[in-house]
Amino acid sequence: MCLAVPALIKSIEGNQAEVDMAGTSYKASITLTPGARVGDYVLLHTGYAIQIVDQKEAQETIRMFQEMGMV
Amino acid sequence: MKFVDEFRNSQSGKKLIDRIVQRSKKPARLMEFCGGHTVAIFKYGIRQLLPPNIEMLSGPGCPVCVTATEDLDRVIALSRLPGITTATFGDLLKIPSSRSSLQEARAEGSDIRVVYSTLDALDIARKNPDRPVVFVGIGFETTAPTIAASILQAEAEGLKNYYVISLHKLTPPVTKVLLDSGEIRLDGIVCPGHVSTIIGSQAWDFIPQNYSIACAVSGFEPLDILYCVSLLVEQIESSQPKVEIAYPRAVRPEGNRQALKLMEQVFEVCPANWRGIGTLPGSGLRIRNEFAAFDAERAFDIRVEEPPKEPAGCLCGAILRGVATPLDCKLFGAACTPEQPVGPCMVSSEGTCAAYYHFGGGHG
Ligand code: SF4
Repeated sequence: MCLAVPALIKSIEGNQAEVDMAGTSYKASITLTPGARVGDYVLLHTGYAIQIVDQKEAQETIRMFQEMGMV
Repeated sequence: MKFVDEFRNSQSGKKLIDRIVQRSKKPARLMEFCGGHTVAIFKYGIRQLLPPNIEMLSGPGCPVCVTATEDLDRVIALSRLPGITTATFGDLLKIPSSRSSLQEARAEGSDIRVVYSTLDALDIARKNPDRPVVFVGIGFETTAPTIAASILQAEAEGLKNYYVISLHKLTPPVTKVLLDSGEIRLDGIVCPGHVSTIIGSQAWDFIPQNYSIACAVSGFEPLDILYCVSLLVEQIESSQPKVEIAYPRAVRPEGNRQALKLMEQVFEVCPANWRGIGTLPGSGLRIRNEFAAFDAERAFDIRVEEPPKEPAGCLCGAILRGVATPLDCKLFGAACTPEQPVGPCMVSSEGTCAAYYHFGGGHG
């Protein structure tokens, strides 16, 4: 029930954002992530963004996976 | 999908498994708290990929499954009151309570709407100003802030017909009770990812400190979970338990301060009744006095005449405590299937019995 999926913010109006998830647009509330900006990925849970995806951390983890076992 | 597909790469998965197999020497019993993790672990066959000295147990992390029968009875009694519209997440619809489910109440004429979000419930309230609309507030710390936000929104708009029945539950207190009970011995905990997005990884610091059990917060993709297990293995092998974050793109030590602020503004901590575990102090959330006007418990006279009746033969309570598996239940797969479920662990998509049924038991 705690499912949350990454979605891209396309536009923001007040506390409402238009997000894109796998090519489909949804309305989402950014009340819980007031720092969210257009171009951010947010984790969407029951219509609310609950966190801004830290893209730098994500890339870092992916790079670590790729480098694993090569050294 | 970005930030999803990258965490499903099978080559990286193999490397992570190699690393786990190489490093893991000691017997290790790991518990995943969260039902979302249970589903992912079964779906990707992770139990079978791990070496035989690593045993994985499922914990109490399905909010629907841990809702006590008494509380469900009250929700259903509420939904049967004349003139009321009940809005609920779909997960709850088919859960059997003592005498019926919400789905049966709906078939018998109650106005019960399945919503995806409290935003939809607010919409129903706006469009039906003459009808009280009650949202069934079920969930852990991940969901509670969204429900707090809906109450604040209703207040800001002056909506007079929106109510919440708050059955929210808090995850660190129940984890503590499970560890204190002495019923299970654990070496490591796969801490819940999206709960920790809100409460922060530091909420789990008491586990390594007080119980010397390894902890790592995990995401929900297969690589996230394997990475989490590899961190737990390192901690266990080096006998240095701590809390690590295997999901740094979503989880920070301090959590989401804004979400915590709204949650604390609307709710206060109270005892909560957990299926199979009992009433635990400090493990639930109720609506504060300032927001009493939105509290369904105070606004309506909810009466349940008969005492609660647990489904006969169902082991959900023991399964939620990690002391039994669905294979210990005589009804599993015979009298109890997803089509004809007896207990909540078979009904909920994140229930352990449903995961065993759909994907098989695996080892451990
Ligand atoms: S198999 Fe069915 S009856 Fe048995 S514990 Fe699971 S939900 Fe309960």
